Amino acid sequence: MLIIDCPYCGPRPELEFAHGGQAHVVRPADPSKSSDDEWTEYLYLRLNTRGVYAERWRHARGCGRFFNALRDTTTDHFLATYRAGERPPTVAAPRSAP
Amino acid sequence: MAESLKRTPPRVAAHRWLEPLPAATRFSLRGGPAARAAASRAFGVELPEQACRAATAGGRAALWLGPDEQLLIAPEVDAAAASGALGAALADIPHALVDISHRQVALGLEGPHAVWLLAHGCPLDLDLAQFPVGMCTRTVYLKAEVLLWRTAEDRVRIEVWRSFADYVVAQLEETALELPA
Amino acid sequence: MSGLRTPAGGRVDRGRPLRFTFDGRAYTGFAGDTLASALLAHGVHLVGRSFKYHRPRGIVAAGSEEPNALVTVARDAARRTPNVRATQVELYDGLVAESQNRWPNLSFDVGAINNLLSPLIPAGFYNKTFMWPRKAWFALYEPQIRAAAGFGVAPAHADPDRYAQRFAHCDVLVVGAGPAGLAAALTAAAAGARVLLCDEQAEFGGALLDEHDAVIDGAPVAAWLAATVATLRTNPRVTLLPRTTAFGYFPHNNIGLAERVTDHLADPTPTQPRERLWQVRAREVVLAAGAIERPLVFPGNDRPGVMLASAARSYLHRYGVKVGTRAVVAAGCDAAFQAAVELAAAGVTIAVIADVRAPGSPPGPAEAAARAAGLAIEASATVLGASGRLRVAGVTLGRVGTDGSVTPGARHACDVLLMSGGYTPSVHLHSQSRGKLAFDETLGAFVPGAAAERTRSAGLARGAHGLATALDDGAAAGLAAAAASGHRGDSGPRHAVRALDGGVAGRAGALPQPAGPLPPAKAFVDFQHDVTTRDLALARREGFEAIEHIKRYTTTGMATDQGKTSGLNALGYVADESARAIPDVGLTTFRMPYTPVTFGLFAGVARGDLFDPVRRTPSHDWASARGAVFEDVGMWKRARFFPATGEDLHAAVDRECLAVRHRVGMFDASTLGKIEVVGKDAATFLNRLYVNNWANLGINRSRYGILLRDDGFVYDDGVIARLADDRFHVTTTTGGAARVFAMMEDYIQTEWTDLSVWITSTTEQWAVVAVQGPRARDVLAKLVTDVDLAPAALPHMAVARGRICGVPMLLFRVSFSGELGFEVNVAADYGAEVWAAIHAAGQEHGITPYGTEAMHVLRAEKGYIIVGQDTDGTMTPDDAAVAWAIGKTKPDFVGKRSLERATMKAAGRKQLVGLETVDPGIVLEEGAQVVAAPGQTPPMKMIGHVTSSYHSASLGRSIALGVVAGGRARLGETLYVPMPAGDIAVKVVGPVFYDREGARLNG
Repeated sequence: MLIIDCPYCGPRPELEFAHGGQAHVVRPADPSKSSDDEWTEYLYLRLNTRGVYAERWRHARGCGRFFNALRDTTTDHFLATYRAGERPPTVAAPRSAP
Repeated sequence: MAESLKRTPPRVAAHRWLEPLPAATRFSLRGGPAARAAASRAFGVELPEQACRAATAGGRAALWLGPDEQLLIAPEVDAAAASGALGAALADIPHALVDISHRQVALGLEGPHAVWLLAHGCPLDLDLAQFPVGMCTRTVYLKAEVLLWRTAEDRVRIEVWRSFADYVVAQLEETALELPA
Repeated sequence: MSGLRTPAGGRVDRGRPLRFTFDGRAYTGFAGDTLASALLAHGVHLVGRSFKYHRPRGIVAAGSEEPNALVTVARDAARRTPNVRATQVELYDGLVAESQNRWPNLSFDVGAINNLLSPLIPAGFYNKTFMWPRKAWFALYEPQIRAAAGFGVAPAHADPDRYAQRFAHCDVLVVGAGPAGLAAALTAAAAGARVLLCDEQAEFGGALLDEHDAVIDGAPVAAWLAATVATLRTNPRVTLLPRTTAFGYFPHNNIGLAERVTDHLADPTPTQPRERLWQVRAREVVLAAGAIERPLVFPGNDRPGVMLASAARSYLHRYGVKVGTRAVVAAGCDAAFQAAVELAAAGVTIAVIADVRAPGSPPGPAEAAARAAGLAIEASATVLGASGRLRVAGVTLGRVGTDGSVTPGARHACDVLLMSGGYTPSVHLHSQSRGKLAFDETLGAFVPGAAAERTRSAGLARGAHGLATALDDGAAAGLAAAAASGHRGDSGPRHAVRALDGGVAGRAGALPQPAGPLPPAKAFVDFQHDVTTRDLALARREGFEAIEHIKRYTTTGMATDQGKTSGLNALGYVADESARAIPDVGLTTFRMPYTPVTFGLFAGVARGDLFDPVRRTPSHDWASARGAVFEDVGMWKRARFFPATGEDLHAAVDRECLAVRHRVGMFDASTLGKIEVVGKDAATFLNRLYVNNWANLGINRSRYGILLRDDGFVYDDGVIARLADDRFHVTTTTGGAARVFAMMEDYIQTEWTDLSVWITSTTEQWAVVAVQGPRARDVLAKLVTDVDLAPAALPHMAVARGRICGVPMLLFRVSFSGELGFEVNVAADYGAEVWAAIHAAGQEHGITPYGTEAMHVLRAEKGYIIVGQDTDGTMTPDDAAVAWAIGKTKPDFVGKRSLERATMKAAGRKQLVGLETVDPGIVLEEGAQVVAAPGQTPPMKMIGHVTSSYHSASLGRSIALGVVAGGRARLGETLYVPMPAGDIAVKVVGPVFYDREGARLNG
């Protein structure tokens, strides 16, 4: 069970969170202008990063907020969490221990 | 038609470590700082800006549940007064005020084993240093979502959606079997 | 007793004798004994039969690494625990234990024929032999193999014990309460850290329990240990957990502990859980799990009576038991000499010490002590074999020349052979935490390398050998861990120690044997899985070089051993055979759990009535008192039907349906999800989210809404009412409430942050009573005030606020039955009484409570879909025949763009239709497939399936909904539902079976 640092409530156990998939996937402002390929990419195509991955979480059984996190998928260590709408922070290379 | 039915909340068995708390008036207030400021004046409690903290005044309480969400609790008899005052004060401010008085029930966990009983199913660190008096938060207790509010060192108010109350109490009772007689 | 019990000493309580039985025979032991020590005190070594060859096996170890002595402990028929290690079974009065894997008895086991057949069943035997025919696997091979293999028998009854669980948090978790762990706990606690110290044994002390004449800080070891534990116990910031195994290291310093609470008690109280799962979150971890002595690998090394030298010391000093009377000691490491010296001092004859250490090993302190004691030592020795069937009777040694050649030597009679191949640090938890391992050349074993978590190893677990070293290493680790968790302290003075400290470096792999083919006697690498050097050699011959492959082919190190006794020897053997260094052979993964964990521990309290929350509505008790039959809908209990005396489901449902169609029924709709959407942009928000147009919905009006995901498929539905310009009351399906709420929050928080709108769940704020049927208005008129119920004032889909029974009410004029209908919403604390009041008021109209089954029939008669039953996550609104709900002029809504994709509009998509059986008496099975032509044999082309099917009392025939490819173009066609008894002919019709014009709604 991971410890996730909610940007509002602080470090909390994973049991309180719901994973929300890849972060920074923006819904087209006017989907009718998207081509089929663009729309397919928006809907279905996601990264499968080995390493630092930006993903969404929701503190579903806490403050209820969606936020974003940078997680190293090889270690499960979080490098940063930040509020929805913010740009991902610059982080140092993954450390060996959290 | 005769006025009016009395509230009959879900029955909760009392134990030396568990006091069923009386029916209450509850509002969910969602909105920004302006809404909180207006509500503070109307409700008579300074709504906490600090995450996961509760404030009380005059028998009423305001609990921070999220950056745009507060739970306002008042005695049952205050329902109309509180509703009217809040409605008037917030009329021109973007907000959502929803009556959730009946949505949940309150359990008073008390005594030296209050926190020990909760650690059976709550993954939070409930040590006084980590979860001080005045802290409140939604979290999980086994398979139920609960709201915990530490009102004293050895008292925790649990607010839980009404249909989950039986489960929470039954799990606490199961754990309490181990308590010294 | 047999004279094997020493006259004094040890940690057993000789004033408290205990009776127990093993395989029906009565024995006695002492409080403080394990089953193993008590049996050994009676000279019993033979305790089990091996997994594959059914070879007689004895006790090898004294701790949890025991690979052989797996027994069943039986309290009663339901409390039979198989596969517990006799070395960990604490004796209690009346304990009943049985050996396993033998028939008819331990001394004579028919299954031992496998041993004679062993040349026929090498590694990979099953894979190679039982290949064809495939069907024989299920009918023949698998049942036979399962019956012949495996250990122990699972109890036939449900487990009657309780299992508890706790979450715990600490600054420093110390795993292992040996010298390093105790020292770590002391310094960490002294620094002010919250400390949790656990140890798998009944007593704290670890290796200290096996010492008898060591002195720490001026005190005898036992006194130091008692004082140290007392110091820790009196510290309120320290939690001590004996009998608690750290079995798994999960991410972010989450460690699973299994505490055995009552297994050691003769008479546990029913309120005590048998075991407790601790989920510990530690800021810092100190792993002080010590090390495990390796067996030596030589022919016959599995004979009962062949055991680890450290175990002999443990039985002697801790339990006061001599494991034999005449011992041969095969010393692959210095510490084995210490065992010889100490057993000799206790009166055990040491026939010879065979020095089987690797050539060039440095002399050690214990070796010197043995020489000083005048014990016979054979240098440059090897073990060629052990004889004796049910107990070792003699050992044949060999001599290793400087060129590595082996010449046979003498046979030494003995009743016990003590072996030591050196010590393997217990790196399991470190490895589970994804920490790296490093090979320590001096030690000849792997030790923890770089950590991946906030963890550190201490003492012999990282190769820090010697009592003083372990204590100081532990103290430093505890201090560092405390500091890293924010608690600075002092290390205090170093520990002053007087102890022999036999060396722990040893050898891995097989002992040298004469040149030529392997001798016929088996040399076991993995006792528990009966894996021999021959199996490893075979694996290599067949081309397996990677250790992970060899492990899987031979199963060495798998199951509960997890490499504890077998791992390094397997690596060493493969390394020797392939002329590689051990680190070059690689490592297999250490998997959790460290030792086996019961299912009960993981199930915990989630059993029976406490498995899941059982959610009940305010009318539940009323319904229950009237004999309602409930069904589970998610976590909710919903009344399924209300049988009158003598009625079955069908009779009750028919009656309930007819009552709604002809008079009036009442139904508890409280479980529907409810979300209040509030804010000046509430309508805009719903417009963007739902397919419908909400901008033109008047206040106090409602509309049936359809929600898609952005992939265009139907996700949820429900009636949405506008209560004010900026306030909507949204209903969702019962099962969809939480996910629709989360979806709304997602769009509000992350996509449409421009909108001023908030949502609040009100599912449980409201109790909802649906009153449906031609007389619904008459019933409500008796109770409702402040609302004009007349059709003109409150038409279909209108909403009003008023009072019922004097309490505030939100009244919806809606119908999921097709009849005149209302849904009364009252605050939930009034729900039970309002329900009862409506029932009472409806008596003169014949009001009939109905359940979910009748509700389903009524809505199916009307062709109303249930999302999740008639849709399956791949259906568009058009597929589900609800495209009429789409707001055609809206520029966008969630899912709209996907509906424009060619495949979403393609001909031949499955569409919702009605299916009428040609024989009106046949009720189709839901889920049954639909095909175009009769008389086909599989495989046949399936063009659809039945989604809803019922007997309709109102229509006097069966009805069904289904989805069929191009269904709406097939109206009138006859299709077929193939069933085992034959094809059922069905006619494709529209989905509305009853009151197609919808006139009754407007009554």
